[in-house]
Amino acid sequence: MSLLTTLARLEAVRAGRARPLATVRHRHLTDRPLVFVPLTTAGEAGAPLGALVGTDRDAPRLLVVPQPRDRDLRWTFLADLAEEVLPYIDAYADHVEPAERTETDPVTGKKAKVATELCLDAPQIVVPSPAGIEYVRLLGRSMRFRRTAEEDPDAPYPAPARVPLLGRWFTHLAERSRMPGSALLLSATGLLSRHWATGQSSLEDQHLGALLAWIAPDPKTGGTGAEQALRAELARDAQGLLLVPPAGPATDPAFDNKLLAPAMARFDAARAADPADPAARSAAEDAVRALVASQLRPTWDAVWRSLDLVRELPPGAHTEQRWTGDRWSYTGHRDRVRAGEPPQPRRDDAVTAARKLGRRETEQVRLDAQEALDDPLVMAARRFAGEAFAGEITEVVMEWTDSKRPSPRPLLAVATEDGPQFDGPAKVYRSLDGRAQTAEHVRTEEDGTVVLRLLDKMGRGREPEPGTVPEKGDQVCWTLFEHEPRSGPRLPEPEDTPWTHGGPPAAGPEATDPVTDEDML
Amino acid sequence: MPPRPLDARALAALAANPGCRRRALLDGAGVDKPALAAALGAPAGYGQSQFAMIRGNSFEAKVKADGGTELLRLVHEKLGRGAEPPRAAHLPDLAAAGPEGRAARTALALREATASGTWTLLDHPMLALEVAGTPAYLEPDAVVVHPDGRWTVVEIKSFPLIDGAADPAKVGAAARQAAVYVLALERVAAKLDGARVGHEALLVCPKDFSNVPAAAAVDIRKQRAVTRRQLDRLARVEDLAAALPDGTSFAPDRTRAQLTEAVEAVGAAYAPDCLAACELAFHCRDRARAAGAVGTLGRQVRGELGTLTTVEAALDAAAGGCPGGPAEDPTAEALHRAARLRAGALAAAGLPADRTEGPGCPS
Amino acid sequence: MTTPAPEADGPVADPGAAAARATAGILHDTLHGTARGVVVDSPPGAGKSTLVVTAARELAAAGRRLMIVAQTNAQVDDLVLRLADKDPELPVGRLHSSDGDAYDKALLDLPAVTLSAKAADLAPLPVVISTAAKWAHTQVDGAWEHAIVDEAYQMRSDALLAVAGLFERALFVGDPGQLDPFSVVGAEQWAGLSHDPSASAVATLLAHNPDLPQHRLPVSWRLPASAAPLVSAAFYPYTPFRSGTGPADRRLSYAAASDGSGPDRVLDEAAEAGWGLLELPARHAPRTDPEAVRAVALVVRRALDRGAVAVSEQSPDPVPLTAARIAVGTAHRDQAAAVRAALAGLGVTGVTVDTANRLQGREYDLTVVLHPLSGRPDATAFHLETGRLCVLASRHRHACIVVARAGIPDLLDEHPSTDPVQLGAAVKFPDGWEANHAVLAHLSEHRVPWRP
Repeated sequence: MSLLTTLARLEAVRAGRARPLATVRHRHLTDRPLVFVPLTTAGEAGAPLGALVGTDRDAPRLLVVPQPRDRDLRWTFLADLAEEVLPYIDAYADHVEPAERTETDPVTGKKAKVATELCLDAPQIVVPSPAGIEYVRLLGRSMRFRRTAEEDPDAPYPAPARVPLLGRWFTHLAERSRMPGSALLLSATGLLSRHWATGQSSLEDQHLGALLAWIAPDPKTGGTGAEQALRAELARDAQGLLLVPPAGPATDPAFDNKLLAPAMARFDAARAADPADPAARSAAEDAVRALVASQLRPTWDAVWRSLDLVRELPPGAHTEQRWTGDRWSYTGHRDRVRAGEPPQPRRDDAVTAARKLGRRETEQVRLDAQEALDDPLVMAARRFAGEAFAGEITEVVMEWTDSKRPSPRPLLAVATEDGPQFDGPAKVYRSLDGRAQTAEHVRTEEDGTVVLRLLDKMGRGREPEPGTVPEKGDQVCWTLFEHEPRSGPRLPEPEDTPWTHGGPPAAGPEATDPVTDEDML
Repeated sequence: MPPRPLDARALAALAANPGCRRRALLDGAGVDKPALAAALGAPAGYGQSQFAMIRGNSFEAKVKADGGTELLRLVHEKLGRGAEPPRAAHLPDLAAAGPEGRAARTALALREATASGTWTLLDHPMLALEVAGTPAYLEPDAVVVHPDGRWTVVEIKSFPLIDGAADPAKVGAAARQAAVYVLALERVAAKLDGARVGHEALLVCPKDFSNVPAAAAVDIRKQRAVTRRQLDRLARVEDLAAALPDGTSFAPDRTRAQLTEAVEAVGAAYAPDCLAACELAFHCRDRARAAGAVGTLGRQVRGELGTLTTVEAALDAAAGGCPGGPAEDPTAEALHRAARLRAGALAAAGLPADRTEGPGCPS
Repeated sequence: MTTPAPEADGPVADPGAAAARATAGILHDTLHGTARGVVVDSPPGAGKSTLVVTAARELAAAGRRLMIVAQTNAQVDDLVLRLADKDPELPVGRLHSSDGDAYDKALLDLPAVTLSAKAADLAPLPVVISTAAKWAHTQVDGAWEHAIVDEAYQMRSDALLAVAGLFERALFVGDPGQLDPFSVVGAEQWAGLSHDPSASAVATLLAHNPDLPQHRLPVSWRLPASAAPLVSAAFYPYTPFRSGTGPADRRLSYAAASDGSGPDRVLDEAAEAGWGLLELPARHAPRTDPEAVRAVALVVRRALDRGAVAVSEQSPDPVPLTAARIAVGTAHRDQAAAVRAALAGLGVTGVTVDTANRLQGREYDLTVVLHPLSGRPDATAFHLETGRLCVLASRHRHACIVVARAGIPDLLDEHPSTDPVQLGAAVKFPDGWEANHAVLAHLSEHRVPWRP
């Protein structure tokens, strides 16, 4: 964390209100995100309790499992969830544009352009917190190895149709969310804390209600953001229930013990009643639903408010480019599903793991560079760290190469108060119409003036093209980091995994999860 | 007020913030911290959902069903090291009156099992460990005695083991708890020939999304080393108590002001991670925030700011410091530079500046 | 015909003989063994580069086409120079990146060394050397028969994955005690997998090939007799080594007597004992603690001013301790910059000042270390990393002086140990916390308190 971020937190403490960490929005937001607020049953892996889901903030779909120990009720929930989420995901599948993809010929190793298609837009799912993203991953894992009756007529407990497919998509989205700068699956707290610094620790920022209070305190409630955040975090009613329920997926234990458990017990009793009393059963179920809804709705509203706040910021210039990466990711998974490929394996093989790590590292470098280029506040942190410097051009001396057709190599003197940390011979870059122009560091004068020699992007002639060389008096920001990262190592195909890494992985799709009487609880 | 006995969870939690003298004193003296926190007006929001409790108990019962056959099979599979597989589990009766009696009964059962050279499962044994001069009684889920005289601590947890991986934070907590049991067992084993305590504990969790037990060996040598050192340090609790004013009491029936004063008599080392590990944390946070301590923003922030320990001091330095103030503090200089860069960037984006006034210098 | 493997068991009194026996065993397994890989652990200064050069020459002499993988351009150039020094006739290819200037210009003067950015140009040569990053982008027909992978513990598993298809068999050499490779993004999802891409190349290699022969070089020729036992016990608890020299073989002394100041007293202590701890009063300080930084610079200045001379097995006559034989080690770059500025302020030039990362693999007569935990309000995983302290405490041939504020043992005791635990991931020993305690306990015996 940069000292500039620390400073913003300190300022937030004094102001009693969050302070900006960004001057532009660094994540793409689509016009029609799907918000998903899940709750889980305490102590049960992958036993959902309920969720609010949908694209209309005024009309969420409420899904509740009135008795999470009942497998049939859980599967009804997952089937309903698939019915809600999959049409949203599929809606982007058929709107495409022609595109080109670079493919490496497996025999010659040559790279070639291949015509393909790219979806024009992609789904975007927003959950309340990073724990929500982990829950999407968990649900994805719990669903993708199930088999439906159609796929396996002999399965003793077939999963509802489309549930395994939802599992594959959830797995894909959760995995994509690990890609730095990606936006297919986002968390509200992640979005907010990227753009604002509060006067509390990053640990406490995980509480969506408190984070929102710091950023946008409710004028009706009164008090500072800090005071409202404290209330959102701790205040309880006479029954001991939190006034602002946790953003999940874990519930407030007091809610579980005081309200939910008795309501579930009444539901169990109504179901077991002999003779059956459908009205009583339905009333008991509605009571559980109402309780779960009461815990979900404040978070649902908070996620939408978070989106409103972030949307107010103007988009960073490079967010669209990164979103294109997300569109490729979506299109690629669409293709794998359509091609009938098996679900993602439980654990990555050596090559897949290395590829993912390499791509993420590359994307992290790209994200860091792009955020700095898009946002003076982010660039300020890089300047502070000596990784960039800004200043006025105080002198331009035209020079040329010694070759037969001399090319311009002008010397620039840059007066700067920043202290760039040059480490040996170094190149620096500036953004010229969105492209990086390179200069080399010649020397740094006693007074801190940096002398650079401009190396490229000046055209082919002896005289540089107009506008390609900064002029005396121009303010220019130079970076010591490249604007486009270099790609990581070239890796073999999985079937060529070398002996050092255990040789090629076992072929074929993985076994499904065995489903037994003891499955879940 | 009767002291609240220390359990393994509390002992393991000592490692969460060993620099906190307040916590060391209150825990070492067996003060009921939840009651104290409530009396101070800053109750901890802890509590366990009954769903989780029911689930935990039913899973443990399932793991130990059939006389521990499945549990012993898992111990043999993961930590058996080629020993013959257990056939019939030997399950000694550990019932006795009171914790002391049960601890003595456990020690006897351990001795017999080690001498007999057969697989033995001790279900909820009782172990005694002297902590800060008083015995703490600890009850692990199970201890298994191998035919070769090795003892293995078994931790049964209800978080899942999915595709062989589990939540690292939860595994870490389980490992620290197991380390406390291992330390207690080592004191027993030291008096017995042929007995030794394995440095790998067996963690038993539900497999994937099922109720089927799965197990993993956890190397607890690091946790054992740390816990041993922390327990030795706890012996100094008496010194801490001796430094308190006479008549200091933490009884929850005293007034809030009296209690606040009593608690303040011994220093705390609040950090945000206390919130998840100590019942008194919300009280300490209130005090730290009121004092403007930069540590409320996180350990990392405190580390960055060096000698500037309050928000006010740090912001004054950022504003350029006071004439005649402490010269040559690189952090102050860095903050001032950071503030200028930040102000420039905010201005460039047309956003309002953070604050315009200068430092609060003494006139 | 196979050569019988040299006997590898039993103590050998003479360190030279012990080292020679270990080397013979390594070369035997490399040249005549059946395993596809051989792993060699080399503690600080145990002659790793010498081993690599020897093995390279023997493999070349046996007609095995050899590729050598090192981690940085500096390491590659150093190996090329060493090879050319030992065997000026041996044709060596230096594969470099297409950036052009990414190699030492001194290589241009070596007649048997060919430089190229294209592997195909160099493939026919008996030995080709490059960085792992460059090899990863190399494609040639037909694999190399043999590879030597240098600094294999600092190489990441995914980097090995990218190059392992280029060779049939390999000798992996490295120091397990130095800094582990790292990743700028989270890699927790693969923790515990045998092929975790963020783990070290050796960890993955051995997880998949547990039966590979593993050797270690048993003697440090760099560390003096005063340092080897501590460094061995604190950082290599399960693979001990010893020093190649005895207590009488190295001596550090000064022409000028002590002026009684803290820096002079700690210099005397270090000359006597091989270690010195200059302890400043306890205080929370900024990272670039001005007092500590100045103390470090003063110690260096005084060592030069007092006319330090070193006697060692390499030369019976006293050799002046010049600035080039002194290094200052820090944890952070800004600390190194502050020390450089302070040294410049005292008129000292030519002393190496760098972070632990950059001091890896280097050797000096005297080192002055700003303790990573000095003046901190708390420890962090970064500051506790075992490899960091190990690098800083094992660069010297004569003496190591640590500058620190008092109170570090308490800081260590107050460190919250709530580390997450990944199932299946190997527990790394020694733990940084324990290693720090061990080093401090030893240093406290050579403590010189000083109030600047």
